[in-house]
Amino acid sequence: MRFASEFRDPVLARALLAAVAGKAEAIGATRERPVHIMEICGGHTHSIFRYGLDKLVHEGIEFVHGPGCPVCVLPMARVDECVAIAERPEVIFATFGDAMRVPGHRKSLMQARADGADIRMVYSPLDALELARRNPDREVVFFALGFETTTPSTALAILQAAREGLGNFSVFCNHITVPEPIRALLEDPDMRLDGFIGPGHVSMVIGLRPYDFIARDFGKPLVVAGFEPTDLLQALLMVLTQIAEGRAAIENQYARVVPENGNPVSLAAIAEVYERRPSFEWRGLGEIESSGLRIRPAYAAFDAEAKFGIGYAAARRTVPEIEGCACGQVMTGRLKPTQCPQYGRGCTPESPLGALMVSSEGACAAYWQYAGARTAAA
Amino acid sequence: MCLGIPGRITAITDPARLMALAEISGVRREVNVACVAGPDLGALVGRWVLIHVGFAMALIDADEAARTLEALRDLGEAQETLEQLALTEEALR
Amino acid sequence: MTLRATHVTMAHGGGGRAMRELIESVFTDVFRPPGSEDQARLAEEALREPGARLAFTTDSFVVRPLRFPGGDIGKLAVCGTVNDLAVGGARPLWLSAAFIIEEGCEVALLREVVATMAEEAARAGVRIVTGDTKVVERGKADGLFITTSGLGVIPPGRDLGAARIRPGDVAIVNGVLGDHGAAILAARGDLALSAELASDCAGLGHLMQAALAAAPGITAARDCTRGGLASALNEMAAEAGLAIEIDETRLPLRPEVVGVCEILGLDPLYLASEGRLVLFCPEAEAAAALAAMRALPEGAGAVAIGRAMAGEPGRVTLRTAFGGARIVDMLVGDQLPRIC
Repeated sequence: MRFASEFRDPVLARALLAAVAGKAEAIGATRERPVHIMEICGGHTHSIFRYGLDKLVHEGIEFVHGPGCPVCVLPMARVDECVAIAERPEVIFATFGDAMRVPGHRKSLMQARADGADIRMVYSPLDALELARRNPDREVVFFALGFETTTPSTALAILQAAREGLGNFSVFCNHITVPEPIRALLEDPDMRLDGFIGPGHVSMVIGLRPYDFIARDFGKPLVVAGFEPTDLLQALLMVLTQIAEGRAAIENQYARVVPENGNPVSLAAIAEVYERRPSFEWRGLGEIESSGLRIRPAYAAFDAEAKFGIGYAAARRTVPEIEGCACGQVMTGRLKPTQCPQYGRGCTPESPLGALMVSSEGACAAYWQYAGARTAAA
Repeated sequence: MCLGIPGRITAITDPARLMALAEISGVRREVNVACVAGPDLGALVGRWVLIHVGFAMALIDADEAARTLEALRDLGEAQETLEQLALTEEALR
Repeated sequence: MTLRATHVTMAHGGGGRAMRELIESVFTDVFRPPGSEDQARLAEEALREPGARLAFTTDSFVVRPLRFPGGDIGKLAVCGTVNDLAVGGARPLWLSAAFIIEEGCEVALLREVVATMAEEAARAGVRIVTGDTKVVERGKADGLFITTSGLGVIPPGRDLGAARIRPGDVAIVNGVLGDHGAAILAARGDLALSAELASDCAGLGHLMQAALAAAPGITAARDCTRGGLASALNEMAAEAGLAIEIDETRLPLRPEVVGVCEILGLDPLYLASEGRLVLFCPEAEAAAALAAMRALPEGAGAVAIGRAMAGEPGRVTLRTAFGGARIVDMLVGDQLPRIC
């Protein structure tokens, strides 16, 4: 078994699609009155478009693309702060490729690199550590972003740096968490969601229990899913089954990877290095309480915010988003990407206004790439 | 969010730093195994793990994978039976 | 003339004796251009045929690392220009080669590159007839840049072009895709990936001639270099004013290329190949084209991957193995490795 191709079997998919259609009929979902299922994770959004699942499922199912793309929810102010750090002459700024094109007010990291900043794309925080070892006379700053899946890797990198006494390595922490924005979405009176497909790789770290409030307090089903097409369809079927049976529970379709209680080593590393910020700003969603992490004072030597007096460590920071950008409404499911007045006009992948058009996981970029850019403006 | 892919651990490269070699479709990369290591590091060799940004984040449970596929195949068969029934009904109409 | 220096210095670009030593010892002794003038004087029988046309193309080559599994920058520079001529239906004949050399470049590396260029040129049946060198200060170039221009002859009556593609024409590629792009990513080392991957870099002149002989109705061909198969098909669909549909299950991809793409979150359809082309021919000739291509080593993996059809002009669609369909659009910029 390779644990991937087996879950792309078109024969199994056909059976799943038929079963999904049956359940959709049973609960009376129609094109006019669809059930709204949010896939929280941007990776799921990507899979849905890559395999064309949105067109294959019953017309009574509407996918609402959630806020689970860490690049998309990064506020412009944070990008500006990155650029400011990266432009310091002593700094080597190491980042995942995802963040390179996100627009800031002045420029993106890509533009900053063209202007002379020393910015390196890396695959892993371990590669940033290696840069620090090899360049003892430079300050290596790693741009840490991502949800609970990625947080353990940067925590372990900081712990490793501490063990080695690497004084020229620091982390610009932008880690955020999944459950808090879901609560914020559910508390919004305009929100009309019937159920959730839960993020598979976040859940392999945090387990299932952090989602309990969704079923218990809000009465909505959530099924944690893998990223292959039959994974997604099976999870969708499980959500619809719960709706049909009038139940709301937290279930796990991705048991081959997600243990009920998550990964203890990862959780311990996160707890050791990070603590919650009182609140953190999400692009399009605003400040959300307890939704972001910062580096604990014990590890301040590795905290770029402390080292450079920037970001939440600075006095004033909130900068308004660009006018006309409706990323917030798209991200909360109020608008479809194609309903945004800027989609395909003021905002294209060539010159994105908002982050949803930048990241390949952003709902707008996914629409553009896979669902027909050229029909957009029509 | 969070691109993660299955790979197989083929060797332990640096026990002190918990580093191992993983193979993904014939491509090799050193990964950190802190999150999946038990007391016996050697036991990881041959295991499938889920890799994200250079870290093995979870052991893949082959039994659970088989169970998921089994459930899907059962569903496939059930669906086939339903379709057969529908066809028969139509033919009899 | 002998050259003792082990590294190129600014003196080798100065116009004096040192420059002559470099040029003669490293370049002209190997390329053996027909004359010593600053121009090549060329005669070719094929050009005298009424209706024959000259084809002329130019391309610059930059790559890091300069040597990689399966080739080096010199092989790229010869094959790239030969292929640009070949896919237009021309028989490649002559190349020029201009070298921008960074101060400090190893002379041994230059010799190696020149040797592969001479070897590839001989294999492709072309001559490198004129050239130039410049030396720039350290830091002003990345080791070595090469620009090659090429001339070839298109026989009377042959007119390939994407605008000639007709609905129903079959799309054929000559082998596995994306090996070059994946091999370069792995060879750079900064992503710490290792794999048994070599660049597919190869001259395609003979392959194109063989395909055209077997299937004279071939309407158009493109090499799948920068931007990969996806970009080549998008350009062709736009120029033809047709839609193109390809079938995911028929796309030839090595598992290692798929592996590199999965790790870095890239799409292999956009990875560069330097020895691959996609051509279109009428369905009636597709079997003959495939057979002729498969008879040559650089076409051993030839396979039909899809077809042109009436539809939204410029639209390229991939039928997924899964039964769905997705649009394969042009990339905005480079593909960047991603974690999300």
